[in-house]
Amino acid sequence: MNTTRTSEAIDQDRRRLLGTAAVGIAAAGAASLLPSQKAAASTSDGIRPFTVGFPQEELTELRRRIMATRWPERELVSDEASRRIWSTPASAGPTQGVQLATMQKLMRYWATEYDWSKCEARLKALPNFVTEIDGLDIHFIHVKSKHEGALPVIITHGWPGSVIELLKIIDPLTNPTAHGGTEGDAFDVVIPSMPGYGFSGKPTETGWDPPRIARAWIVLMKRLGYDRYVAQGGDWGALITEQMALIAPPGLVAIHTNMPGTIPPEIVKALASGGPPPADLGPDEKRAYEQVAFFYKNGLGYANEMALRPQTLYGIVDSPAGLAAWILDHDADSYALIARSFDGEPEGLTRDDILDNITFYWLTNTAISSARLYWEHTQTAKAGFFDAKGITIPVGATANPSEIYTAPKSWTERAFPKLLHYGRTDKGCHFAAWEQPKIFTDEVRATFKTLQT
Amino acid sequence: MNPLIKTLAAVATCIVLATGALAFGVCTLAAPALANPVEDRSIRPFKVQVPQAALDDLRGRIAETRWPDRETVGDQSQGIQLAKIKPLVEYWGTAYDWRTAEAKLNSLPQFTTTIDGVDIYFIHVRSKHPHALPLIMTHGWPGSVLELLKTVGPLTDPTAHGGSPEDAFDLVLPSLPGFGFSGKPTETGWDTDRIARAWAELMKRLGYTRYVAQGGDWGSPVSNAMGRLAPAGLLGIHVNLPAVVPPEIAAVLAAGGPAPAGLTAKERTAFDALSMAAKMGNRSYATMMGARPQTIGYAINDSPVGLAAWMLGHPGFSGWTYDKSDPEKSRDEVLDDITLYWLTNTATSSARIYWEYGGGRSPVFAQPEKTNEVSLPVAITVFPGEGYQAPETWARRAYPNLIYFHEVDKGGHFAAWEQPELFSAELRAAFRSLRQRN
Repeated sequence: MNTTRTSEAIDQDRRRLLGTAAVGIAAAGAASLLPSQKAAASTSDGIRPFTVGFPQEELTELRRRIMATRWPERELVSDEASRRIWSTPASAGPTQGVQLATMQKLMRYWATEYDWSKCEARLKALPNFVTEIDGLDIHFIHVKSKHEGALPVIITHGWPGSVIELLKIIDPLTNPTAHGGTEGDAFDVVIPSMPGYGFSGKPTETGWDPPRIARAWIVLMKRLGYDRYVAQGGDWGALITEQMALIAPPGLVAIHTNMPGTIPPEIVKALASGGPPPADLGPDEKRAYEQVAFFYKNGLGYANEMALRPQTLYGIVDSPAGLAAWILDHDADSYALIARSFDGEPEGLTRDDILDNITFYWLTNTAISSARLYWEHTQTAKAGFFDAKGITIPVGATANPSEIYTAPKSWTERAFPKLLHYGRTDKGCHFAAWEQPKIFTDEVRATFKTLQT
Repeated sequence: MNPLIKTLAAVATCIVLATGALAFGVCTLAAPALANPVEDRSIRPFKVQVPQAALDDLRGRIAETRWPDRETVGDQSQGIQLAKIKPLVEYWGTAYDWRTAEAKLNSLPQFTTTIDGVDIYFIHVRSKHPHALPLIMTHGWPGSVLELLKTVGPLTDPTAHGGSPEDAFDLVLPSLPGFGFSGKPTETGWDTDRIARAWAELMKRLGYTRYVAQGGDWGSPVSNAMGRLAPAGLLGIHVNLPAVVPPEIAAVLAAGGPAPAGLTAKERTAFDALSMAAKMGNRSYATMMGARPQTIGYAINDSPVGLAAWMLGHPGFSGWTYDKSDPEKSRDEVLDDITLYWLTNTATSSARIYWEYGGGRSPVFAQPEKTNEVSLPVAITVFPGEGYQAPETWARRAYPNLIYFHEVDKGGHFAAWEQPELFSAELRAAFRSLRQRN
């Protein structure tokens, strides 16, 4: 590790000219980040280039573990049918979790054909940086548009996502003229890894809840010299983006979310009671109610475990199969999408997409550090994930049909008094930017169009 | 006629099957049943013989454990602490010896018999005393028959353990379906009612016409179900995780509300314990296994540390009270249990009992356990280290025919394991009135 170089505050444009490889810190995987954090403490505002790379032996070791997987027997239910269900999870019938047949296909592909180096090359080709904020190294990808007046946007991933779920939208957003847009659609894109995720440092103390991450993002944008920017997110990224909007720092002019929190207080109450949908709901509201009720009733096992006992999940750190299954079982529709991909019917996500993300969690050994975000959220959360939170700055919201719930327009208008845009898409699950980058890009452009200069 | 005699010929096959299952880590024990339209009712002797390769493989995996970073808190609130599990796993991978546990099991008469399509493994120890009362005792999760072994002496040979010949039991200790050396169900439906029916069949097959049943943890709902079923010959049950929480209290707990007014001191203590356990997330393991046993199964089936942490996450282990003066011994006992799960590859199959039971239920709530339908005599012992201390007032409301209720001063969730002498004394007292006098 070259400590003198890592402590430099490097001018952004100069760095881009030099290229990241030339000034990259020694690539020894995520483990090298923690020492660098200490080394850089004296000039903690510094932004250091970061070069992605993992030792070959870690990949060899991963493959060995995959080959040595000790399998459980098959699940006892025949829920293959659930892979065909699109946007009606409630009719999918009982499940016992990720099916053995899917897992075996995934693991076979992972051990034989899958090639991490392609993903690594994609990451390496992007300008990667780390900077210490609030005592922790934050990794981020920072791609500036060539267009003048590009609007800066900070985009936040979720769990079980990572910066990898956001790679497909970088070029459409920064280079719109090559992707059906105009110069006026250009963004400068900042994509950080959340604390405990990817190449960011792992907090060694409690307190990194969504509001604290939101504050760190505000510092990051300021440090990058942006005084007028927007923010975007899905999953945890949506929560953090909403937290940024609640803080409403000078400079943050609007947000876009593809998992908007819109549930009105009286519906929150009705859901908590576990009763049927209130009689006066419109069709979209009724469907949203049923989606959320289904998720709360049947879909929260993983989140519950991570919120309450993240450290007990040693198995997902020690076992590639354990990690892969844990990551696949996020929500019914995206699991169905992923399972179909391993059945040879990819739509939106390829097998490589899925394994890039899982391998990234594996190589960075972040299965448990990432899970702690659920625990942190539980300590301080004032509202549920999908609840309206009282945001007053301008918001754009996209409602995907197979999201955990499809936010109805009526609730969205109520939740966000300054609604810039409401987009109801015709396809897409939970990982909007990853699965449907074109639709996602259109939604982001439509939201921020009026703010671009 | 003793059914054992005619089945001695099956011994050799049985051992091969068992070792095969262990070597390859897949369920083969349950396989033969479906092929045979008339169920083979034979009782086949069983010996545990784990191939050395399986033990070497386990050690190899333990040595290669990939660890997470340490938790960000100084207590158990994020789960099993790294500094606590690391030395345990290191010991497991080096000095720990499974063969001691294996020898302990093989010193007892072990059998399998096929019931309702699944091979049921059980230990069967007859007392030397005539008129011993037959007792079927059921373990729970993350326990196994191992948690019950220390009661074999006191229960079957009472005169050597401070009791009289009239205290003797014939003891039947089955492994739940999907647990230990029992077969793994290949279809859904093995809920506690079905297990209760299987146990009734087992006792019938063993020729017992008057017997009692006992259980803690999952053994309690199984024993409750036997009590509801009231099969011919069952005289009564004893449970140490009784289902006494009244419906109105269960509703308040489910909603996370404050303690209702008018509770007695003991009711209030019980309410607070259950309420705190819910708030602390002590049952997150149960929620996960109830919802997605297969998903967590991949990790805990493939990773020894994953399995160990998952099992130790049960609150019963945080209140572990056995022999604090001799932690080495206690450590071996815990590892025997974890190793049994590992070697039988039952992490996933055992988790399914939660799925079968269904979400939103708790085995300590009276209403879902339909305790009002248990007309047979019921006995309860309340151990101070259990997740909650059942108040007598609630117990009398829940079980219409409560013949014995006693609070003792030692022991926790794994009462038979932690306090075998006390536990055995409780069973003697609890069932005394049900014995045939002659």
